[in-house]
Amino acid sequence: MPVRKRTLALIAYFILLLLPIYWMFNMSLQTNADILGEFSLVPTDPTLTNYIKIFTDEAWYSGYINSIIYVSINTAVSLLTALPAAYAFSRYRFIGDKHMFFWLLTNRMAPPAVFLLPFFQLYSTFGLIDTHIAVAISHCLFNVPLAVWILEGFMSSVPREIDEMAYIDGYSYPRFFLTVFVPLIRTGIGVTAFFCFMFSWVELLLARTLTTTDAKPIAATMTRTVSATGLDWGLLAAAGILTIVPGALVIWFVRNYMAKGFALGRV
Amino acid sequence: MEKTPNNKAWLLVIPVFVIVAFSAIIPLMTVVNYSVQDIFGPGERYFVGVEWFKETLSDRRLHDALWRQFLFSGLVLLIEIPLGVMIALAMPKRGWGVSVSLVLLALPLLIPWNVIGTIWIIFTRPDIGLFGVAINGLGIDFDHTASPLDAWVTVMLMEVWHWTPLVVLLAYAGLQAIPEAYFQAARIDGASAWATFRYIQLPKMRGVLTIAVLLRFMDSFLIYAEPFVLTGGGPGNSTTFLSIHLVKLAVGQFDLGPAAAFSIIYFLIVLLFSWMFYQALQRVGTGEK
Repeated sequence: MPVRKRTLALIAYFILLLLPIYWMFNMSLQTNADILGEFSLVPTDPTLTNYIKIFTDEAWYSGYINSIIYVSINTAVSLLTALPAAYAFSRYRFIGDKHMFFWLLTNRMAPPAVFLLPFFQLYSTFGLIDTHIAVAISHCLFNVPLAVWILEGFMSSVPREIDEMAYIDGYSYPRFFLTVFVPLIRTGIGVTAFFCFMFSWVELLLARTLTTTDAKPIAATMTRTVSATGLDWGLLAAAGILTIVPGALVIWFVRNYMAKGFALGRV
Repeated sequence: MEKTPNNKAWLLVIPVFVIVAFSAIIPLMTVVNYSVQDIFGPGERYFVGVEWFKETLSDRRLHDALWRQFLFSGLVLLIEIPLGVMIALAMPKRGWGVSVSLVLLALPLLIPWNVIGTIWIIFTRPDIGLFGVAINGLGIDFDHTASPLDAWVTVMLMEVWHWTPLVVLLAYAGLQAIPEAYFQAARIDGASAWATFRYIQLPKMRGVLTIAVLLRFMDSFLIYAEPFVLTGGGPGNSTTFLSIHLVKLAVGQFDLGPAAAFSIIYFLIVLLFSWMFYQALQRVGTGEK
């Protein structure tokens, strides 16, 4: 039974995938002394202190709120600007299209370290430092190109006859795009939305450089667990577990878009 | 079918161009500017031409870091792309299994990169970490802080654990977008599973796999936080990848000029190889049609 072997292999993979996450969860339920003390598969003396600290200390929970705000803005902006552009790249030939398409992706290729200072200067000039907008826009630098590339791939696999049939049927361009085309590429939109969310969510360097207090992201707050007395592993692990939650919700909501492929002949 | 020539399509691209160019062009120009100057402080800078580029290109430690980086990114692509495609093929096509699989796959991707490194420090500790205790229990003497080979194995494991789900998600979305009619046709023709994969699924996945290869190449070539937190570039210099070397130069010695020159060379290497991958993958596709 090759099918069953396949399923077993998949389950084995998921178990391996979950081990480090289980370990993080395990750590999050222990105090620092317990983590560093002795090896144990399950917490010997489980405690929720780490989680309580995160939910009651504003310095901690505001980090989550800030991250969710700028990540949502970024995902929305990336998708809304990338959809028409990806359509243009997949359907039309225009001056400089190939160069433009590749140039977009080159913005993901620079090592960030030295670029942080000019970024800070640029956003200070516009008075945007420590705002959610600043982080959202700066993350467009790597998310918009990614969104265009992924969406273009999905759009190109939709036959062009569908566009032509819709025009013959008298659809206006916006109506065709929203009611016919977008549903056809919803798998691509789902995966794009998740990737934009994810890359913006975990990005640390730009988000930390452009914020001080009001828009400080959770990933930056987490670097503060390193104090004079050393690292608070339990607190960091609890914060780590909580950083997974919003993204897991996002993929839960887009899962239906990814689960079913489109059927041809829908138009 | 051929694309329609239409220069008005630019209007659809302009918003994307504006929003990306806003963050892209001025910082890049500033870094180019740094790279040709010797900077002592504000108002005290001297034009030095290509001096920093010459110095950077003849740096032995940079050459070592570069080869290490190529080895690392090469291994990443060789392991993650085939593994990701295999897992995507094994995933359920419908039902509750899909939702569960998708959420599980997303988990490693959603943890901030510095936290991943930190968790793996404990996870691989031979005395208190699950992985460290298990592998030592098997009788293998494993310590990534002492042996360069163990450090490499650990960093690779962490990388494969962290990023293979990205390849799976892309490949899976690509597979799900293939119309059922293709599979029905293949079944009627009596095509084997391999033939279905080779002539239907693989060509249809070309688009998403191109993105997967480029993304994994770029991001693994620029990798910084996870190995830095886990090994600090050691033991010795054995896991000092290009970015770690660059940050040592930029922050450690606060030498903006050479660090900027290094960044530009780094950027050009990533650009060159991404372009080669892109061209190669484009050609593979046209040859198959």
